[in-house]
Amino acid sequence: MNPIVNLILFSILGLAMLLLSVFAITTKSLLRSATYLLLVLICTAGIYLFLNYHFLAAVQVSVYAGGVVILFVFAIFLTTKKDEALLPHEKKRYLYAALMILFGTGVTFFMLWKSKFLFSNNTVVFGDEQLSMQLIGQTLMGTEKYQYLLPFEVLSVMLLACIIGGILIARKDKEL
Amino acid sequence: MIKLEFYLVISTLMFFIGIFGFITRKSMIAVLISLELVLNAVEINFAAFNRFLFPHQLEGMFFALFGIAITAAETAVALAIIINAYRKLGNININDASKMRG
Repeated sequence: MNPIVNLILFSILGLAMLLLSVFAITTKSLLRSATYLLLVLICTAGIYLFLNYHFLAAVQVSVYAGGVVILFVFAIFLTTKKDEALLPHEKKRYLYAALMILFGTGVTFFMLWKSKFLFSNNTVVFGDEQLSMQLIGQTLMGTEKYQYLLPFEVLSVMLLACIIGGILIARKDKEL
Repeated sequence: MIKLEFYLVISTLMFFIGIFGFITRKSMIAVLISLELVLNAVEINFAAFNRFLFPHQLEGMFFALFGIAITAAETAVALAIIINAYRKLGNININDASKMRG
């Protein structure tokens, strides 16, 4: 694709993502907040596509946008009364938070501006090559160096622990 | 030409927007949504660094992949805790969360 068109598309995507993030943390209704979160996550999948990580974009859409947001929506239905608006916090809290994020973004941008990344301007990475599914599968299932069978299995045990923990925590207590 | 810095600027701003929401929101679910923004920004960073600085390796991409799975599990447990707190307290304001000590 034409580099200029690419850059314009990327800017639109990034701006939309930042605007939607701001909406997600400022809107009064929880359900709207979850919807904005969904749009932010889909835009993130677009960013992964710009990086040529197609598999990561697919995982992002199916796990985050498909699973996590549905969980959020159900939790909101279970815990929020109809037309309940969110209460604002104390004014002092906003002041502290604004100071904190101004300081944080200042420091981070200063570091970004000062640091020179090795190879960060190389154009080799923008070939049309994409990761083959075979490579991803072998890397995920292998036991050699730079292969990830052990984290994969540990993750499945952790998911089992999360299922059991979720059931135990959210279960209705009969005696209460 | 899209540079590495563009991705980093976007993810930095998104990270701090998430922090702002984390501090200023009052509902527990809204706090969790801000947390999702923070984690999402971190995963963009992993993928961008991997693609630009080490394009022939796959560590960053797989770290982002495992990060997505862990985030999903963490969200499920946190929402279970929130639903339980709602059952005990009747609302999900973070100011009432200290009453859960019993």
